[in-house]
Amino acid sequence: MEFPVGEKQTAMLTITNLHAGVGDKKILRGVNLQVNAGEVHAIMGPNGSGKSTLAGVLAGRETFEVTEGEVLYEGKNLLAMDPEERAAEGLFLAFQYPVEIPGVTNNYFLRAALNAIRKHRGEPEVDAAAFLKLVKEKMRILHMPEDLLKRSVNEGFSGGEKKRNEIFQMAVLDPKLCVLDETDSGLDIDALRVVADGVNALRSPHRAMIVITHYQRLLQYIVPDFVHVLSEGRIVLSGGKELALELEARGYDWVKEREPALSGARR
Amino acid sequence: MSTATDTIEQFTSQEYKWGFVTDIESETVPRGLNEEIIRLISAKKREPDWLLQWRLKAYRHWLTMEEPRWWPNLTYAKIDYNDIIYYAAPKAQKKPKSLDEVDPELRRTFEKLGISLEEQKRLTGVAVDAVFDSVSVVTTFKEKLAELGIIFCSFSEAVQEHPDLVRKYLGSVVPYNDNFFAALNSAVFSDGSFVYIPKGVRCPMELSTYFRINARETGQFERTLIICEEGGYVSYLEGCTAPMRDENQLHAAVVELVAIGDHAQIKYSTVQNWYPGDKDGKGGIYNFVTKRGACRGRASKISWTQVETGSAITWKYPSCILQGDDSVGEFYSVALTNHYQQADTGTKMIHVGKNTRSTIVSKGISAGHGQNTYRGLVKVLKGAAYARNYSQCDSLLLGDKCGAHTFPYIEVKNTTATVEHEASTSKIGEDQIFYCNQRGLSKEDAVNMIVNGFCKDVFRELPMEFAVEAQKLLGVSLEGSVG
Ligand SMILES: Nc1ncnc2c1ncn2[C@@H]1O[C@H](COP(=O)(O)OP(=O)(O)OP(=O)(O)O)[C@@H](O)[C@H]1O
Ligand SMILES: [Mg+2]
Repeated sequence: MEFPVGEKQTAMLTITNLHAGVGDKKILRGVNLQVNAGEVHAIMGPNGSGKSTLAGVLAGRETFEVTEGEVLYEGKNLLAMDPEERAAEGLFLAFQYPVEIPGVTNNYFLRAALNAIRKHRGEPEVDAAAFLKLVKEKMRILHMPEDLLKRSVNEGFSGGEKKRNEIFQMAVLDPKLCVLDETDSGLDIDALRVVADGVNALRSPHRAMIVITHYQRLLQYIVPDFVHVLSEGRIVLSGGKELALELEARGYDWVKEREPALSGARR
Repeated sequence: MSTATDTIEQFTSQEYKWGFVTDIESETVPRGLNEEIIRLISAKKREPDWLLQWRLKAYRHWLTMEEPRWWPNLTYAKIDYNDIIYYAAPKAQKKPKSLDEVDPELRRTFEKLGISLEEQKRLTGVAVDAVFDSVSVVTTFKEKLAELGIIFCSFSEAVQEHPDLVRKYLGSVVPYNDNFFAALNSAVFSDGSFVYIPKGVRCPMELSTYFRINARETGQFERTLIICEEGGYVSYLEGCTAPMRDENQLHAAVVELVAIGDHAQIKYSTVQNWYPGDKDGKGGIYNFVTKRGACRGRASKISWTQVETGSAITWKYPSCILQGDDSVGEFYSVALTNHYQQADTGTKMIHVGKNTRSTIVSKGISAGHGQNTYRGLVKVLKGAAYARNYSQCDSLLLGDKCGAHTFPYIEVKNTTATVEHEASTSKIGEDQIFYCNQRGLSKEDAVNMIVNGFCKDVFRELPMEFAVEAQKLLGVSLEGSVG
């Protein structure tokens, strides 16, 4: 799916020279990236290259300290916002490792989340009945067993169920910018297709996605507009969807051997 | 941007909202404790001689006892028992006949605490006995309950109106010499509630007592006795608050439950919210309480549910003596300690009869510098064939300056018995809070949600009205997360 690039587009997300780390450890070392509404960007890269860190910094995880650079989200300074404010403004992170919250039902959790976001937008709360209707529809799309709604958030969920639950939450919360951190890991082949269908159903000219993955396979289902390679905290290579195939064939060593001139932001 | 730890601190430093003082003239006995004081209290209450003698016996025994310093995890300054006022009552006429006669200031106090004393204003059927310092102010729905043969009144009134019942059961579960604080209570107890459920009667409404300490430098020593006959059922609730004061105040209550006949059932719920002291640990109530129930009838059942959020120090072990064959004891507890609060709480389940069963679910939440100890005893006597116990003790830590301790004692003298114990300790993780934040929930809401989720197994045991209050106490709205 492509949207006309010739027209003037306002960037949804602009990351400029982003440096971040934990304590003395530098993890991101000057990331540049621009994401426009309607686009899907894939980020690939070796283990430990900083992909989850980038996702965490965007979502506002306090563990990471931003030491340099700027991130604009819809023209606003994203880094100045609290994590919950970013979420309410439409940023959603599907976690690589979804967290368990014992004793809090998935249903309750998600309604509380939706209502918090609606409140931020000045919209009225949804009542239990309206919520159930909304949720039922999304569950159908994602082939979610109904009992997952009544169970505690992620508690005792299988690896695949957790990932599916993330995309289910995403569908319900209707965000503008979706960051998917290795949503494909732990999914069997059928589940991968279902989840990818769910994600694709959410693709729209008003929404953008950053899909972090190690595997070309996911990108066969969720076809990206751009593919970036993150290595040692920098985007060292960007290209179209073919890049994923090439990476799979040649491995990351091939990227490292290339000239540094090719690195940096796209365009 | 605040860190998760900051949030936890904010959450745990919320103001005590019930700390106001009612300006009302009160009548007190002189400070200190001696036989004269006991005679004075007894005389004020126009008690029969047998009761005075019982008090004196308890007092004399108490003199021979040492204040216990049981547990290394509880620390507090020595209590000067001669510096306490043992009786304080709002200076009023006689006990009011109806609500209209209740001092408006007292009525306002209870309104402010969210306890409506006006029968028609109460939506759900809950009868209330309102105890202010040492006396019961009013008991609602008394007449209506009397039609069913149910007695629900203040303890003092029961002594006057139903002396035979009181005499027969007072001290029958918690003897006057049971422990230091029970002996003290037996000597100086002032008021509390009395409940009698006749054979085959299911009490149609929740009965509740609301305890309020108001007067300065006084102790509150209430006494509650609940008797349930064969096939009867009652659900009883207890709530309590106190003003914020710099000095510590002593609350040493005794509660006795007797499930006499076959299938008699008593459900006892507490939301304890005595003033916990300020954030530096100054002031607060010492809550040293003895609560015990005897399941005497076959297949009788006693269930304790408690939510302990208040008090500087809490020391209590609501217990069940399972005498009747097939009888059942339950204990569900949430204890939250923050700032410098200390709680040492748990239960004792004594299995005497055959096929007796007990369940213990304890949830301890420690925050700030709070210290939370679960201490429980499961004792299976020789004759208790096929007795079963299941215990689950979970601790949740908020921050890293607090502590959680678990001491399960198990004594089994019958080889056919099964005793299961599970325990866990977890910390509210930054991960959990961040996950909630990322879904749009504020840090405060996230902590509330996680804590409430943790307490769910206990909250679902509370009567609806109390579940709401308990949740509010932990700062959270009810819908869905519980139940
Ligand atoms: N909280 C932390 N403390 C210390 N080091 C960290 C922390 N979080 C991440 N790192 C380090 O930063 C580097 C990048 O981690 P990150 O999780 O972003 O990698 P990734 O690209 O997502 O890897 P993977 O493909 O394995 O998921 C790693 O070396 C990791 O050990
Ligand atoms: Mg990762």
